[in-house]
Amino acid sequence: MDLFKWFNKSTSSKDIAKERLKLVLIHDRANVSPQFLEMIKGELIKVISDYMEIDEEGLEIKLTRTKREIDDSTVPALVANIPIKRMKDKGNI
Amino acid sequence: MIGEVIVVTSGKGGVGKTTTTANIGTGLTLKGKSVVLVDADIGLRNLDVVMGLENRIVYDLVDVVEGVCRLRQALIKDKRYPNLFLLPAAQTKDKNAVNPEQMQKLATDLSEEFDYVILDCPAGIEQGFKNAIAGANKAIVVTTPEVSAVRDADRIIGLLEASGLRNPMLIINRIKMEMVKRGDMMNIDDMIDILAIDLLGVIPDDDLIVVSTNRGEPVIATEQSLAGQAYRNVVRRLMGEDIPFMNLESDDGFFKKMAKLFGLNKKKQ
Repeated sequence: MDLFKWFNKSTSSKDIAKERLKLVLIHDRANVSPQFLEMIKGELIKVISDYMEIDEEGLEIKLTRTKREIDDSTVPALVANIPIKRMKDKGNI
Repeated sequence: MIGEVIVVTSGKGGVGKTTTTANIGTGLTLKGKSVVLVDADIGLRNLDVVMGLENRIVYDLVDVVEGVCRLRQALIKDKRYPNLFLLPAAQTKDKNAVNPEQMQKLATDLSEEFDYVILDCPAGIEQGFKNAIAGANKAIVVTTPEVSAVRDADRIIGLLEASGLRNPMLIINRIKMEMVKRGDMMNIDDMIDILAIDLLGVIPDDDLIVVSTNRGEPVIATEQSLAGQAYRNVVRRLMGEDIPFMNLESDDGFFKKMAKLFGLNKKKQ
C-alpha cells in the first residue's frame, strides 16, 4: 500500500495542480514575463562571470514570496541559484 | 472602544465569502461580541438571504452613504442572536454608487459601536473590491483547493498587501478529505506553501451548508455539522485562541479523526 502510494505520488492530479499553479503564479506575481527573467539571467551571468566561473546551464532564477523579517509581511523575492564551478583569481581581472 | 473591521474577500466568485462572513459573524456574537455584518456587494446582494433576513430590509448601505437615512435605521437586528446586525447592500444600484472614502467613513462609524465589523466583499478586483477593503484593518482571504481559486487568492493577497492590509489570513473552504487522501486535491500544506500566508481555518465540504443556507440559518449554530465546528474553531482563532488544525492525511478514518479533534468521541451520556 505504502509502496503503491509512493509510486503513484509523482503523477497524482494534486501534484500536477501544484506545479501548474507555481509556474503561473511566478508570472502573475510580478507581472514578469519569461523573456524578462531571461534578460535578468543574462545580465547576472555577465556580472558574476567576472569573479567566478559558473555553471550557466544549471543557473536557475525565479520569483517567489518570502516573509520579511522586520514585520513578518509577505514580500516578493527574486531567488537565484547559481552553481559555482571555480573562483577566478582576482588578480587576473 | 474601537472594534475590528475585517474584510472577507477571495477574488474568485463562488468560493464561500458570503457563507464565511455569515458564519464568522454569527460565531462571534455567540461568543458574546457585538457584530455588524456589512454586505459590500452592491447590486448583487446575498448576505441577507444567507442570513435569512431578506424580508426585513427597509434601508440599505447606499441609503446610509447618501444620507437618505441614519446609520442606525438601516441596521437590521437579527432577533435570533444577542447582538448581531446586518447592513444590507443596495440591490438596484451599482458598485459606483459609493466610493472608498465613503466606505472608510462608514466602517469607522460602525467600529465605534461594534466589537466586530465584518465586510462581505464582492468577487473581482475592481471598484467593489476597492470599496470593500477601504475601511478594513484586517483581511480574510477565502479560497477552495482548486487552481483557479488559488490563483485568484494569490492575486488578492498581493493587492491587499499593496493597499496596506498586511498579513491577510487564509480560509481554505470545501476541502474534500477523501480526495485529499487519494492525492486528487491539494492539501493544506500545498496551499500554504504556494500562498505563503497564515492559515485561519480549514472548512470541510459539508452538505449541511446547503441545507442551512436553504433555511437562512448559519451552519455554525448546528452542533453536529463538521463545517460548523470548523467555523467555531475559526472564530476562536480570530479571538486569539490557539486551536490546532485538523490533520487530513493520517491513516485514521476521516470521521474518527474529526471526532477525536472535536472531542466528540466521548460516549453519549
